[in-house]
Amino acid sequence: MPDSGDPPAIQRERDLLRFLTCGSVDDGKSTLIGRLLHDCAMIFDDQLEALERESHRFGTTGEAIDFSLLLDGLEDERQQRITIDVAYRFFATPRRAFIVADTPGHEQYTRNMATGASTSDLAVILVDARHGIVSQTKRHAFICSLLGIRQLVLAVNKMDLVGYEGRRFAEIAANFSAFAAGLGEPAVRAIPLSALSGDNITRRSERMSWYRGPALLEHLETVETVATAGDGDARFRFPVQWVNRPDASFRGFSGTIASGSVASGDRVVLAGSGRSTRVCRIVTFDGPLDRAGAGEAVTLVLDDEIDIARGDLLADPDNPPEFVDQFAAHVIWMSEHPLVPGRSYLVKIGTRTVPATVTALKHRVDVETLAHLADKTLGLNEIGFCNLSTAAPVAFDPYTVNRDTGGFILIDRFSNETAGAGMIAFGLRRASNIQWQALTIGRDERAGLKGQTPAVLWLTGLSGAGKSTIADLVEKQLLALGRHTMLLDGDNVRHGLNRDLGFTDADRVENVRRVGEVARLLAEAGLIVICSFISPFRAERRMVRELTRPTAFFEIFVDTPIEECIRRDPKGLYAKAKAGGIEHFTGLDSPYEAPQAPEMRVATIGTSAEEAAAAIIDELRRRRII
Amino acid sequence: MSAVVEPSPPQRRGDVHLRRLEAEAIAIMREVAAEFRKPVMLYSIGKDSSVMLHLARKAFFPGKPPFPLLHIDTLWKFREMIAFRDATARRLGIKLIVHTNAEGVRRGIDPVGSGSALHTQVMKTAALKQALDRHGFDAALGGARRDEEKSRAKERVFSLRGVSHDWNPKNQRPELWRLYNTRLGEGQTMRVFPLSNWTEYEVWEYIAAEAIPVVPLYYAAVRPVVARSGAWIMVDDDRLPLNPGEEPERRRVRFRTLGCYPLTGAIESAAATPAEILAELRDTRRSERQGRLIDGDEEAAMERKKREGYF
Ligand SMILES: Nc1nc2c(ncn2[C@@H]2O[C@H](COP(=O)(O)OP(=O)(O)O)[C@@H](O)[C@H]2O)c(=O)[nH]1
Repeated sequence: MPDSGDPPAIQRERDLLRFLTCGSVDDGKSTLIGRLLHDCAMIFDDQLEALERESHRFGTTGEAIDFSLLLDGLEDERQQRITIDVAYRFFATPRRAFIVADTPGHEQYTRNMATGASTSDLAVILVDARHGIVSQTKRHAFICSLLGIRQLVLAVNKMDLVGYEGRRFAEIAANFSAFAAGLGEPAVRAIPLSALSGDNITRRSERMSWYRGPALLEHLETVETVATAGDGDARFRFPVQWVNRPDASFRGFSGTIASGSVASGDRVVLAGSGRSTRVCRIVTFDGPLDRAGAGEAVTLVLDDEIDIARGDLLADPDNPPEFVDQFAAHVIWMSEHPLVPGRSYLVKIGTRTVPATVTALKHRVDVETLAHLADKTLGLNEIGFCNLSTAAPVAFDPYTVNRDTGGFILIDRFSNETAGAGMIAFGLRRASNIQWQALTIGRDERAGLKGQTPAVLWLTGLSGAGKSTIADLVEKQLLALGRHTMLLDGDNVRHGLNRDLGFTDADRVENVRRVGEVARLLAEAGLIVICSFISPFRAERRMVRELTRPTAFFEIFVDTPIEECIRRDPKGLYAKAKAGGIEHFTGLDSPYEAPQAPEMRVATIGTSAEEAAAAIIDELRRRRII
Repeated sequence: MSAVVEPSPPQRRGDVHLRRLEAEAIAIMREVAAEFRKPVMLYSIGKDSSVMLHLARKAFFPGKPPFPLLHIDTLWKFREMIAFRDATARRLGIKLIVHTNAEGVRRGIDPVGSGSALHTQVMKTAALKQALDRHGFDAALGGARRDEEKSRAKERVFSLRGVSHDWNPKNQRPELWRLYNTRLGEGQTMRVFPLSNWTEYEVWEYIAAEAIPVVPLYYAAVRPVVARSGAWIMVDDDRLPLNPGEEPERRRVRFRTLGCYPLTGAIESAAATPAEILAELRDTRRSERQGRLIDGDEEAAMERKKREGYF
């Protein structure tokens, strides 16, 4: 390694501002970013040459350079002249480095805007001076505020097209302030500019001498960030990311400090456990530290051997985080498959991943009017306020106080896609209010008296597959063998327990959830519970399986092809559905997701219902249930 | 526990921004180690790989990085790169896997005769897939940066690959906060880019600040070169066929990126230290990829290669 000589002359105490740009299509966002990059000398000659070539091919600006082509990175985007995805751009001035999340303006890409906003300190919201504040502007401002952005720049672009008129600008700025006041009063800086001609971008424009504020770049360089103002959450939070144990002599906990700071000798508490310990060393490759602060990736060595794993949170013992298994949160939905209350997802918060369900959708937010609307599901790009319930308690802080310990993602358990993002508002104290009453007599005692092993037999399949007939035969045989049983049948529970439910996806999920809870109670009573339900979705069958644990769960796929079910049509339902008399009919206009790994599959073509029932009894014997 | 954020103690060097980039990369590497069954780190011997390796040592200190290094050797790398690779692995005591596409060798694929596109496809893209499949790696850390090229600017830090390692740019998972969705379906793998938010300039600042060793080809020296399609190609060994009348000249040059030597152009430069390189970068009017002959053909070239599984 040659001698590195003097460090570079500039940028000793340079810091970072992450911001996003948003605006409607054609407000001039690409032109603005292109101009910023260009004026900060971030566009190289060979890139400019490529840009000129492309401008002639796809561009819309005639002979002039079309800056949007510089930014639209994907082939489809360039050909269709649209921006699909968030892109990240980098530029720096001697005072600051900038990371820009460039997010598309189309309504259907709200999720990308939320993504860009999640890591930004500031948002530049563009409006076209001719059009002023439009509904898109409000949507963007709302999403920014929801994601915790406290600094907004209202960039009033295309001032050249309104004659650089101060009055027009003042009117737009006032309009926006009125709306922003309803968003918890973020700091708003309105700047009149022309991205095309470069007015008020990097230098103050002489054409708008009535404007006394800073040019855009000047403002971005000097605006206070959470880091420079030092007003982030000061309470120590450390999500344990990795247990560092290279050999028996060393055991440390690695992670990134989410907020506050820690010094060697400080006491820290393991959130939720009440157990505290002392930090004896802060280890880094560059030597031990006396103190480490927010954003630093360190390894903590603790005084005593308390049991700590990835996913745990170490915290300030005087100001611990909340620790609950139910909380209320804003959720932005990002999947094509709607959010359905009752369905099980994975929540990832900090370094912890736990199963969770949305127990209630309190309301959906109309992002233009901010009105609260009643709804049963959330679709792609919709925002709702929900109650969630996690399978195990989690430590958190409200999102408005701490983004790192209050933000979470929801992951679909089958497709593994990131289905939504959430911001925790507050904990629901249910976890501590409704205690589990400790009971002396449990499932094993009750079952013991009956001399049997409780189990849940779950028959799933299309309508008319033969579930109810087979279930009935299985119960008869179990009774003959002296077993105590109970049968829950899909049609029957809809007359009572679930008579308020219909056949939409949301109602089907709730239907199965309730039946799952009842099956669990019956199994706790020591019974062998036979359930016969179409239960078309994998997610809910899995939910019931988890719900009834540790009781043996036995998923039986009654596998009859749809053509055969239609031919049999014992209740005449297929005929009716086809005639348009029934909506959301499984197999016709509502999907059936066949089990991938059921405990048992019974094909009913070429077998009688008696033979199928006998096969199930044999399998129960083989598995020592009976 | 103090309630105020203390000013940074003097023991920490470098500027705030570099330290934040460093911490982010370390966190990403730890996440990979914690969440995947069998990760690997791609080691291309370039400056970004040097930085990655340095960060990996920091991330798991006092332990060693809990994953091996993988180098896809096309057999056309500069000799100095291979020497540097072997010396580095030996010095750090880290397991290094070297993989070459044997079938490509049998077919006689080379960058000069077969052309850059075919050579890249067979000896790099296909070779990488072979190696990942053979060892059953479920996550591969790479040193790609978003500032390198515009389709990269849209790629996630955790970038999902399908069963045949393909990238679907239109179906990327949204990536919020510092929360990375690491879940894989059957047969899927993850590519992970801890240096996503770094620029070329910051890579050099970091190399300077941390005194990280890099292949000497990055520093200017007098080397034998021939001029081809507007770039200086170094005559690294006698496998490079010279065109009629072509005579190697000796020029003071250095490389901004390193790859297969017949495909990598040098620039004329006198910058022989990281500080001089930083000074040069502040004045340059050409982007880093100028030396890569594979991208010139077409603007969408990189996206296509990435869709097919190129790193
Ligand atoms: N007159 C004028 N036109 C502008 C200005 N900024 C952008 N434009 C034009 O508005 C159109 C849309 O700009 P573009 O940057 O692609 O908008 P985006 O969709 O928000 O990225 C282009 O034709 C630009 O040349 C401006 O300040 N003044």
